[in-house]
Amino acid sequence: MSIDDGHATSPSANPDGVGTTGAVRHHLLSVLVENRPGVLTRVAGLFARRGYNIHSLAVAPTEDPAVSRISMVVDVASSPLPQMMMQLDKLINVLEISELSPAMAVEREVLLATVGAGPDALGELDEALAGFDSRVLDSDDSAVTVSVLGTPEQIDDAEVLLAAFGLLAVQRSGRVALSTLSAQD
Amino acid sequence: MQLNGGQALIKALELEGVEVIFGLPGGAILPVYDPIIDSPIRHVLVRHEQGAGHMAEGYAHATGRPGVAMVTSGPAATNIVTPLCDAYMDSIPMVMITGQVPTTALGTDAFQECDTTGITMPVTKHNFLVTSAADIPRVIREAFHIATTGRPGPVLVDIPKDIVDPKNPKSAMEWYWPETVDLPGYNPRTTGDPAAIRHAAELIMAAERPVIYAGGGILKARAAEVLLELAEMTDIRVVTTLMARGAFPDDHPLCLGMPGMHGNFTAITAMQRSDLLIALGSRFDDRVTGKLDGFAPDAKVIHVDIDPAELGKVRRPDAGIAGDCRLVIEELVEALRELGAPDALTDSTDWKSTISGWQETHPLAYVPSEPGDLLKPQYVLEQLRELCPDDTIVASGVGQHQMWTSQYWKFNHPYTWVNSGGLGTMGFAVPAAIGAKVGRPDRMVWAVDGDGCFQMTAQELVTAAAERIPVKIAILNNAYLGMVRQWQEMFYEERYSEVYLSPDLPDYKMWAEAMGCVGMRVESPEEVGPAIEKANAINDRPVVIDFRTDASEKVFPMVAAGANNDEVMTDERTQPALDIPRRRP
Repeated sequence: MSIDDGHATSPSANPDGVGTTGAVRHHLLSVLVENRPGVLTRVAGLFARRGYNIHSLAVAPTEDPAVSRISMVVDVASSPLPQMMMQLDKLINVLEISELSPAMAVEREVLLATVGAGPDALGELDEALAGFDSRVLDSDDSAVTVSVLGTPEQIDDAEVLLAAFGLLAVQRSGRVALSTLSAQD
Repeated sequence: MQLNGGQALIKALELEGVEVIFGLPGGAILPVYDPIIDSPIRHVLVRHEQGAGHMAEGYAHATGRPGVAMVTSGPAATNIVTPLCDAYMDSIPMVMITGQVPTTALGTDAFQECDTTGITMPVTKHNFLVTSAADIPRVIREAFHIATTGRPGPVLVDIPKDIVDPKNPKSAMEWYWPETVDLPGYNPRTTGDPAAIRHAAELIMAAERPVIYAGGGILKARAAEVLLELAEMTDIRVVTTLMARGAFPDDHPLCLGMPGMHGNFTAITAMQRSDLLIALGSRFDDRVTGKLDGFAPDAKVIHVDIDPAELGKVRRPDAGIAGDCRLVIEELVEALRELGAPDALTDSTDWKSTISGWQETHPLAYVPSEPGDLLKPQYVLEQLRELCPDDTIVASGVGQHQMWTSQYWKFNHPYTWVNSGGLGTMGFAVPAAIGAKVGRPDRMVWAVDGDGCFQMTAQELVTAAAERIPVKIAILNNAYLGMVRQWQEMFYEERYSEVYLSPDLPDYKMWAEAMGCVGMRVESPEEVGPAIEKANAINDRPVVIDFRTDASEKVFPMVAAGANNDEVMTDERTQPALDIPRRRP
């Protein structure tokens, strides 16, 4: 990133209008890193040092096996974020970093959930998840494991609906995201 | 050519131009110590690994070349964490080699195992755990490249024993030397953005009350000469931070000296009243700015730094330029000329005379001692400065003696001041002075140390005596942890808690002699000069002088931690009550 324009502390795009008051909120970062041992620790350490939490994290190799993409949602106040991104960019193994605004990105998340539903509740479960991209992955006499694919908001909604059946175990993948094609140009 | 990993490591260091390694061997690093016997590289055997790290730092401070240290695994690696952090905070180029347990034993809590790369990750610019002998030349090349380019810093290379041990087949490798370094994520930018430089030049042209705020980056960038050119062309006054002492000559009429918590009144106040701060390789440290929202309230800011993450970290710049200080200042001088400087610069006659007025009314001053009293530390420093060559290198520890040295020493040459600024590491002086002397054997090297600091790393004088490294140590012995005592006196109602050390336990003269040094004790003012002259005439071994100084002496001026820089406290015995203009003069 270039910061020669002296806008190092300018607030990032802030659709929820929180402004630069320092309120902590979610930011989605997309970080390209060298695919090597220890790189994730270096990235995570920068947030831990300041006492900020990483809300979700997804890492996997890209089209180039030597490069991984980290999609991370971090709980950081808006004002220190640009400086933290510059510190991330200083890490030798970090190749590129950007903050993705929801309007300029496509995002997906996967939810796996085991709910306490016997065979007779399967119909009801089907109905509840009708509007979602979901499928049953596993089941037995007393429980069903389903997957739901969707935007993070859809996954939030699905989780609420599934809670009615009694959540026994939940695993969310964390957000994965890419810039929209128009933003990539 | 077939080599083993240990041979490859030493050969790689030779090809990097390393002339000296500061270190101490142990189990895991043993195979690397064997080829040292056959190498032209000098090895200085330290008595504690922390000393190796600070010596490498002192060497780098004085020469500009990367300092190299090598120690074993486990406790040796934990002992070098402090010098790594020190070098990281002060941007010192350093390559640290650590031994590690064999790759097959990693993570098993093996004898003398510690997670060295894990521990040192936050205090190094980068670190490597090498797992294959074939990687050694490449990693060493990358380590030196990273340590010395961009914003310099320490790089650690952790070497498991099996990849360097000739008895282990894993250590076999085919020698090669990489022509280039391939680090796709590391591209430090050195040239500044022309539009930002132009904007900065316009701000300078329009400024009525400009001040150059020169930091340690000037020295790292070898930019002292172009800084002089910029200051002289524009006739702008220069403050030099603790890390930049010597970057601009103290004797120069444009030099205002050190700003900050213990800076002089004029340097602090000129920044406060300025309408344009030209920050060159400085980072708005809290010890310089005081209370941030009261710092230089009317000033626009030009900020030049090789590290983009510094721009706007503390104070948002009006013109932020990421780049090498030397290259950017050269471009800035050119841009100013194009805009008609110096003739077309805004008139700042009033500002200059205001500054001169502050210098006249608020000089550095202290009350000389009465006959029979203990020495004044400032007097010792004045005598030392008077009797040593102008280009003497001086190292210090951390505390009152450090501040007095920075205040009273006249720094007229770059790379003559070796100190621990960012981390504030007590015990830095003795090993750092030894490293500086190894790097610059042609120069006289003094360490000014406190009695508390001296006790932390004095054992390295054994190293200096054994290796015939003739450093000279002036202990300002006030029998206290002096700076802590000063804070307890001023801010804790004179309740002195755990700060008394005793003037003669240990007996510093006897201790020096036991370590193979010449030891002296000085208690009265008339002995100071002759003792220094005697020390300066000794060139075959280290010298330690125990100066018995007055514990009640405090460092002034002072801005209390967290206070506004308008609130400069001075010694009421030497300065009239201040009547500082709160707003524009």
